[in-house]
Amino acid sequence: MPSLSRAEVEHVARLARLELSDDEVALYTRQLGKVLDHFASMASVDTTDIPPTASPQHLAGTAALRSDTVCPSLDREKVLRHAPDPWDGHFGVPQVSDDTL
Amino acid sequence: MSAAELASAVRRGELSAESLFERSLAAIEARESELHAFNLVLNESARARAAEIDARVRRGEQLGPLAGVPIAIKDNICTRDIETNCSSRILAGWRPPYDATAVERLLAADAVIVGKTNMDEFGMGSTTENSALGATRNPHDTALVPGGSSGGSAAAVGAGCVTLALGSDTGGSVRQPAALCGVVGMKPTYGLVSRYGLVAYASSLDQIGVIASSVGDAALALGLIAGHDKRDSTSLAVAPADYVAQLASGVDGLRVGVVVEMLAGCDRAVAATVRSAAVALESEGADVREVSLSILDHAIPAYYLIALAEASSNLSRYDGVRYGLRVGAPTASAMTSATRTAGFGPEVKRRIMLGTYALSAGYYDEWYGKAQRVRTAIARHLSEVYATLDILLTPIIPNVSLELGELEDPLTAYLSDRCTVVANLAGHPSISVPFGASEGHPIGVQLMSDALGEPTLLRAAAALQAQTAWRPSPVRGTH
Repeated sequence: MPSLSRAEVEHVARLARLELSDDEVALYTRQLGKVLDHFASMASVDTTDIPPTASPQHLAGTAALRSDTVCPSLDREKVLRHAPDPWDGHFGVPQVSDDTL
Repeated sequence: MSAAELASAVRRGELSAESLFERSLAAIEARESELHAFNLVLNESARARAAEIDARVRRGEQLGPLAGVPIAIKDNICTRDIETNCSSRILAGWRPPYDATAVERLLAADAVIVGKTNMDEFGMGSTTENSALGATRNPHDTALVPGGSSGGSAAAVGAGCVTLALGSDTGGSVRQPAALCGVVGMKPTYGLVSRYGLVAYASSLDQIGVIASSVGDAALALGLIAGHDKRDSTSLAVAPADYVAQLASGVDGLRVGVVVEMLAGCDRAVAATVRSAAVALESEGADVREVSLSILDHAIPAYYLIALAEASSNLSRYDGVRYGLRVGAPTASAMTSATRTAGFGPEVKRRIMLGTYALSAGYYDEWYGKAQRVRTAIARHLSEVYATLDILLTPIIPNVSLELGELEDPLTAYLSDRCTVVANLAGHPSISVPFGASEGHPIGVQLMSDALGEPTLLRAAAALQAQTAWRPSPVRGTH
């Protein structure tokens, strides 16, 4: 299992919407590579025919589904009170068009 | 006095809630400058609530089972109109418009919230050093960390500032600091306690838990916060048991397994404490044997890959749009990047990076998918074990204590969680009980069981508590 490359770290930072300095890229390349090298030992577990678990298994069949009915939710004015840029009852954001994602 | 005794005295009018609050505040003022257990102490509003409780007692009203009891809440659990910032710059100043269900239920029991406690940012850490507001110190020795991520809650209970506190446990964050601070920490079965109002870290692992100075108080508090909540889709449709009533039932005939893999590599005093707990349970009639679970060697990789993948997804909500910090920029995506870069601390960024990597195209099956299958394998092995055993006995953390900076290397820090993450992967309950000390540093042991085994865990914990001569005495390190 190869360690991470700088290019991979820079790519992941873009995906995660994080801007890293050169020093941080170097640090994370080293630290995350070391962690992944260790975690690679997991490959030795034979998981043929073992399904993935997304949620603890005792939940299966016991978690209650509620009926889909309209009920009161949080008050709009209260929710918007902590928005950085509330705008006419909405969340305001800077320009989205011409935005390179 | 226990929380139950305090509340009972308040209900009878023999103790005032105000005097309990003043005592709590005095304990906080005496230690807080060296401990930094709290992000926020609610001075006036808590005093007013205590006075209101006393007035209701005088009017002859029936009060709840925590009448006037001072409690603290970890800062990732929402408290209405009270700042809840998860020890992160990105949520500085955020006051939630609602109470978490667990908070709502403790308030309905007439508890008095005296403050919000410090933590590793968003629960990401094992020492409470990863807080944007500064580290918390261990009340037994201020050169040491209190553990984490619920280090503020554990330090507050350990120092006697509050009787009870809420924490959250994703991979040991209630149990490990409880062990290092010499108090009891209970992580319930996944789904037993509503997570409505718990700020999400890793949704298939997170669970709200209780930190208390005794097993009895942990049982009392669990009974109050457990039970179905329609606002949490993972909430189990089961009624909570009467955890307190079964505490004195003893452990006669209880089948206990000591997990040999978890003793390997532990500090000598930690392994000796676990073995003495095994002897104590045996002397009370339990059937104790050793059990080997080599699959648990893979618990840390599986746990961290799943936790961090879920974290990278959950924390994508911090985009500068709806709440929290916004750093201005000409376009929406530049604003989001600038906000996240300024708002998250280094460990949170590290974990988001690792989680994003594990979920990214080309790596998903190799890392995240594999981790989910190993999670299944671990749960199956545990099911086999619980066919012939009632509980497992293990250490909480391999170290007796941790100095500040000792877990600075990320891999070293992650590996220190190897005993506690297993219960979260399986969704099982687990409790940390103080059972001795080494040179004044408390040592806890862990008891685990199958899903919804809380009554059994709590009575085994009560049996251990009755057998240990060690009692907390938070005096060291006071300057």
